[in-house]
Amino acid sequence: MTAELGHFALTLALGLALLQATLPLYGASRGQTALMELARHTAFGQFVFTAIAFAALTRTYLVSDFSVAVVVQNSHSLKPLLYRLTGVWGNHEGSLLLWILILTLFGAMVSLFGSSLRETFRARVLAVQAMVGAGFLAFTLLTSNPFQRVWPPPLDGAGLNPLLQDPGLAFHPPLLYFGYVGLSVAFSFAVAALLEGRVDRAWARWVRPWTLAAWAGLTAGIALGSWWAYYELGWGGFWFWDPVENASFMPWLAATALLHSAIAAERREALRSWTVLLAIIAFSLSLLGAFLVRSGVLTSVHAFATDPERGIFILLLLGIATGGALALYAWRAPAFAAGSPFRPVSREGALLLNNLVLATACATVLLGTLYPLFLDALDAGKVSVGPPYFTATFVPLIAPALVAMAIGPMLAWKRGDLAGALGRLWAAALGAALAAGAALAYGETLAALGLGAAAWIGLGALVEWAERLRLGRAPAIEVWRRARGVPRAAWGAGLAHLGVAIVVAGITASQCFQSELILAMKPGDSAQIAGYTIRYDGTAQVEGANYHADRATLAVLRDDTPVAILTPERRFYPVESQHTTEAAIRTTFLADLYAVIGEDDPEAGRTVRLYHNPLVPWIWIGAIVMALGALASLTDRRLRLTMPVRRRQAAEA
Amino acid sequence: MRPKRRRLLLLISALALLGGAAALAFTALDDTMRFFHSPSEVAAGAVGPGREFRLGGLVEEGSLTRAGTTIGFRIEDGAHSVAVLYTGLLPDLFREGQGVVATGALDSERVFRATQILAKHDETYMPPEAAEALRRAGKTGGS
Repeated sequence: MTAELGHFALTLALGLALLQATLPLYGASRGQTALMELARHTAFGQFVFTAIAFAALTRTYLVSDFSVAVVVQNSHSLKPLLYRLTGVWGNHEGSLLLWILILTLFGAMVSLFGSSLRETFRARVLAVQAMVGAGFLAFTLLTSNPFQRVWPPPLDGAGLNPLLQDPGLAFHPPLLYFGYVGLSVAFSFAVAALLEGRVDRAWARWVRPWTLAAWAGLTAGIALGSWWAYYELGWGGFWFWDPVENASFMPWLAATALLHSAIAAERREALRSWTVLLAIIAFSLSLLGAFLVRSGVLTSVHAFATDPERGIFILLLLGIATGGALALYAWRAPAFAAGSPFRPVSREGALLLNNLVLATACATVLLGTLYPLFLDALDAGKVSVGPPYFTATFVPLIAPALVAMAIGPMLAWKRGDLAGALGRLWAAALGAALAAGAALAYGETLAALGLGAAAWIGLGALVEWAERLRLGRAPAIEVWRRARGVPRAAWGAGLAHLGVAIVVAGITASQCFQSELILAMKPGDSAQIAGYTIRYDGTAQVEGANYHADRATLAVLRDDTPVAILTPERRFYPVESQHTTEAAIRTTFLADLYAVIGEDDPEAGRTVRLYHNPLVPWIWIGAIVMALGALASLTDRRLRLTMPVRRRQAAEA
Repeated sequence: MRPKRRRLLLLISALALLGGAAALAFTALDDTMRFFHSPSEVAAGAVGPGREFRLGGLVEEGSLTRAGTTIGFRIEDGAHSVAVLYTGLLPDLFREGQGVVATGALDSERVFRATQILAKHDETYMPPEAAEALRRAGKTGGS
């Protein structure tokens, strides 16, 4: 019964979405309040019915109902409870339902927080949001029904891919989807604004919080995914420029650009029509990501096994959403008046440079990701484009933006003073020179550039804060008064830039100063890496919840004193009949010691792979700081959503 | 006139950035792109030594040897096979008779020195490139 209930609820949600996608639009063009108001209620209804469907699917997993096909394919009665739960979205059908759940949640939130929006505009936003929702609901009901029954039900399920049985991965998809789908709100706002023919400062102020929320989710989701790849795949790396990673990175780049251009649009009415275009592009890239992952065109560790029918359906959705929105843009955007003029050296100019660089970098990632698919489709040969391409293009393109990142926030709107800004950044310049000099002492030119940039950006963010507070130049009481007066958005921006600095330092150091060792070891053998001695003490058989493992014991010694024990494992999951490698990591937050084991050979010994990765944890720490920056901005009073228009005007008067 | 000129300047610099990026991207693509070849094509001399490419097919039964951390095996497509040497940890699902894709280059003895080995973690799944190699071998009437 549960499955049928879920299926029925999903069908009702589709019905509501279709109503919401059409009637409010008609109402908005005819000025009929009742039809426009309808959208506010159907948005809640869609969410409630999708939530019922999601709860129903979750229940079939929790009780291990093996008459439901996806449960048979992805679950097993012996699986730990957490993974029975997260297994719900560990496959195509379930993850699509999660996607729709978040999509309808965002629709309901727009309805809830949208009381200060213009009535016609709100109706149009919700209608566009419902169009996207209807597309995905139809997709799941027509091609990927998660409630499909099997008859006769088997006694037990096939289990979940052991690589996915991991707490890091359990929360990676929900966060990532929050980001992907959150961008749909920016998209709906953009399309509604084009329909309405009005893009003003209020519009930009509305788009920003939704983009911020989506961006925070996307940042955290990507970081979690890369952390999972780091410790679970056992390759010692954190980013492989895998097409599926790129599929999440491209919307992130576009959303980052959007966040920045929306500031210019909000404060100075500059770059308005470009901001609308970016909102369309950011969500289109999310849809492209969905297509790449779900259509089976890619070979990747993340891709779902799929059939072509689904690929064509998503391609169709992508074509309609992107094509339709861009056509509307081409028709309406020329009517938008240009914003107030500004000099190249100004805050607007810096934001524009940020946008140019991010958009160009995004385009090169897109090219590298899609090029093999194009060649394959044209039957011109099978090629792969790997990390060398992306490092050769992405790094030099993004470098100027890193330099400008510290300067931009120091420039005034409209007309900035470059020499003055540079003068005030002397401390950051000094720090950058010191960091670069230290790296050069180790003979690493690339590291000098990377660490120099990191110090420049990080100290630049601190200098900007110090300037706002007049730190060191005003009495403490004055500094405190100023600190309380600094808008949360300014704290958030500084925090996000600081996060970028930490990430850049982490990536640079781990790439340039990594040590790696592969060797065959017998019990009692020792190896030296980065000042540590690693002694192999043998392997034991251990039993896990639903796997057996070979667990090696590696003693880590520094100057003959034991400092840690590493226990990397090779696990075997009998249900899925798969092996996985479990890395053992000892972190000091300044560096990771990372060990994985391979097979045992009676003569040579056990293959052991050791890495010493300096500053690698900073990559994830920095990403968390960036996401916190976005959350800090979200709490800014100026972006508060629920404040009705009249009260805000009264407050400003 | 001045705002217009400023706009023009902006447009030109944006185009210059885009043009530079496009030039950079296409040169990088040309330099780093790796083609895929099947064992039959390698046997026919389609690639010279030193050029990086991806080799796909099945791990030949009974070909696996080990010397310390260096693993030797052959990748076959039903018609021809290529000797491969690899140092490092093999993927979890690597075994004889299974599909693999290796990245690397031929040395002067025409032994494929792999720098990366990929096998899928799904038992029933064949990497598309491995399947492609078998298909190509079948097409040319090799087996």
